[in-house]
Amino acid sequence: MTIVLAVTIGCLYAAGTYMMLRRSLFKLILGLVLIAHGANLLIFVAGKPSGAQPPIVAPGASQPPAGFADPLPQALILTAIVISFGVLAFALVLFHRTYQTVGTDDSDDLRVDEV
Amino acid sequence: MKDLLLPLPLLVPLMAAAVSLLVPRRVRVQRLLAIIGTLALLGAGAALLIFVASSERIQATQIGAWPAPYGITLVADLFSATMVVVAGLMGLAVAVYSLTDIDPPREAFGYYPLLHILLMGVCGAFLTGDLFNLYVWFEVMLMASFVLLALGGEKAQLRGAIKYVALNLVASAVFLAAVGIVYGVAGTLNMADLADKLRGQSAEAGLVTTLAMLFLIAFGIKAAAFPLFFWLPASYHTPPVAVSAIFAGLLSKVGVYALIRVFTLLFTQETAYTHALILIVAGLTMVTGVLGAAAQHEFRRILSFHIISQIGYMLMGLGLFGLTSDPALKSLALAGSVFYIVHHIVVKTNLFLVSGVAQRLCGSFELARLGGLYSDHRLLAVLFLVPALSLAGMPPLSGFFAKLALVKAGLEMQQYAIVATALVVGLLTLFSMTKIWAEAFWKPLSSGTQATEMQPPQTASARTALLAPIAALALCTVVIGLAAEGVFGLALRAADQLANPETYIRAVLGDPS
Repeated sequence: MTIVLAVTIGCLYAAGTYMMLRRSLFKLILGLVLIAHGANLLIFVAGKPSGAQPPIVAPGASQPPAGFADPLPQALILTAIVISFGVLAFALVLFHRTYQTVGTDDSDDLRVDEV
Repeated sequence: MKDLLLPLPLLVPLMAAAVSLLVPRRVRVQRLLAIIGTLALLGAGAALLIFVASSERIQATQIGAWPAPYGITLVADLFSATMVVVAGLMGLAVAVYSLTDIDPPREAFGYYPLLHILLMGVCGAFLTGDLFNLYVWFEVMLMASFVLLALGGEKAQLRGAIKYVALNLVASAVFLAAVGIVYGVAGTLNMADLADKLRGQSAEAGLVTTLAMLFLIAFGIKAAAFPLFFWLPASYHTPPVAVSAIFAGLLSKVGVYALIRVFTLLFTQETAYTHALILIVAGLTMVTGVLGAAAQHEFRRILSFHIISQIGYMLMGLGLFGLTSDPALKSLALAGSVFYIVHHIVVKTNLFLVSGVAQRLCGSFELARLGGLYSDHRLLAVLFLVPALSLAGMPPLSGFFAKLALVKAGLEMQQYAIVATALVVGLLTLFSMTKIWAEAFWKPLSSGTQATEMQPPQTASARTALLAPIAALALCTVVIGLAAEGVFGLALRAADQLANPETYIRAVLGDPS
C-alpha cells in the first residue's frame, strides 16, 4: 500500500513539474494542481496509515479502542485541500483574466516589461 | 493577561476587516476603520512587547485550551513581539498613505479589508508556535497579497501577479510537503515539542537535514533569497505604491522570520552544513541583489532589487549564528539580524512611499523622466535622503548600527569573506542611492514631460496624508539610530532567547516535573 502510494506521489510530482515547465499558463495551473495533490498524499503516507480502529470513544468507555488510528494527518489534509482549492480557484480566475487582458497564454510573452 | 494579549494582534485586524466588509459601500467608514484598526494593531503590538519585555520570559497561550502539544499554541518571545509592533507601525503608515494614494475603484473593491487581512496573516505567522498553523497563516497572507497585487487589473499588474502567484504556490507546496514529512518523522508539529524531539534524533540526522533543506527552499522562495528571488523584482513595481510599500516592508521579512525561527529552534543538528550553506546563500543574495539594482533605471525596480540584497544581510546573521559555539557571538550575530530586519522594514517601506510621491510630482517612475525634485521640493529631498543613507549604512542612522553588529560578529568569527562582501555591497548600495539622488532630485526635469501624467496632491489634507507617514518613518530611522543602544539591547535580549531554545520549549510545554 505504502509503496503504491509512494509511486503515485512520485508520478504526481513528476507530471506536475513537467506541466509547470511548459510555456502555456493553463498547463502551469494544472501542474500546480497535481503538485498540491501530491503534497496531500505525501502527508497521508507520512502519517503512517495503519488501518486501525477509528479514534472514537465508544459510549460508556473512557478512552478510544487500543491501537487507534492517528486522526491528525486527515485533519491536516482536509485543511490543505480547502486552502489549495481556494487558492487555485483564484489563480484560475487570475490566469483567465490575464489571458483576456494581455491576450496571450504563452509565459514567454509576459516578459515584455523585464530587462 | 497573556491569554488576552497574545491573540489580540490577530483579533484586531480580523475585526477591522469584518466590520469593513459589513459596510462595502461606505468607503468613508472603511477609511476611518483602516486608521483605527492599524492604530489599534500598533497599540496591541506595543502592549504585547511591553508585557513580554517586562516579564523577562517567553509567553505562550493555548488556543481553545487544548494543552500543548495537542492544540494550537501562540508564542510571543521578544523577536516575534517586536515584529508585531513593526508590522503595526507599517500598517498604520501605509493606511494613512492609502487615503490619498488608492483610487476610488480599488477602494470600492475592498482594498481596506484586504489590507487588514494581510496584516492579520503577517501577525499570525509571527505569533504561531505550530508548524502547520504557520502554513495556514502564510496562506492567509498570500491570499490577501494575491488580490492586493492584482486589484485594478492593469496589464502590468496581471503580468507581475502571474509570476508572483505561481512561484509562491510552488513555495507553499514545498512547505506543505516538508510539514507532512516532519509529522511522519517526529509525530508532532508543535514547534517546541518538535525542538525537544529533534534534539534527540541522532539516528535520523540525515533525514532531519534533508527536511531542513526543504524548509530552506520553501522559506527561501518567500524570503526572496538567492537563487529563488525572481518573483520579487517581476512583481513589486506593478501595483499602487501603497501596496508595493507594505509588500516591500513586510512580506519577504515573514520568510526571513520563518527561516530564523526554524533554523534557531528546530534545525541546529548539523550547523556546519546547514548554516554554512545559509551563509553562502546570504553572500550571493547580497551580491546579486545589488548588481541587479545597478542595472535598473526605474525607481521601484531599483528598490525591489535592494530588498533582495538586504535579505542577504539578515541571513548573514543567521548563518554566522550556526558557525560558532561561543554563546556571546551567537547572540551578537542573531541580534544583528533582528536589528537589521527592524531597520530594513522601516527604511524600505519609507523609500517606496517616497517613490510614489516622486511619481506623482513628475509623472513617471523612470529615472530618465524624473528630475528637479531637489529645487522644487526640498522637504521631500530630505525625507528621501534620510532612509536612503540609512539603507546604505551611514552613521548615525539605523542602517549603520545594523551593519556594524553583523560586521563585528563576522570579524570576531574570522569569516572575512562574508564581511568583505557585506561592506562592498554596502558601498554599491550607496552608489544606487546616489544614482536615484542624481537623476530624480538633482537633474532638472526634462522638458518633454507632459503635465497630464502628473498627479500632484491637490488639497492640503491629501498632501499631509502622503508626507506624514514618510516623515514619521524617517523620524523612526533617526531615532533608532540615535537610540541605538537601547534598541540594540532589546535585539540582544531577543537574540538570547532565540539562541537558547530551552527557554522556548519550557515556555510552551511547561517545566518538567
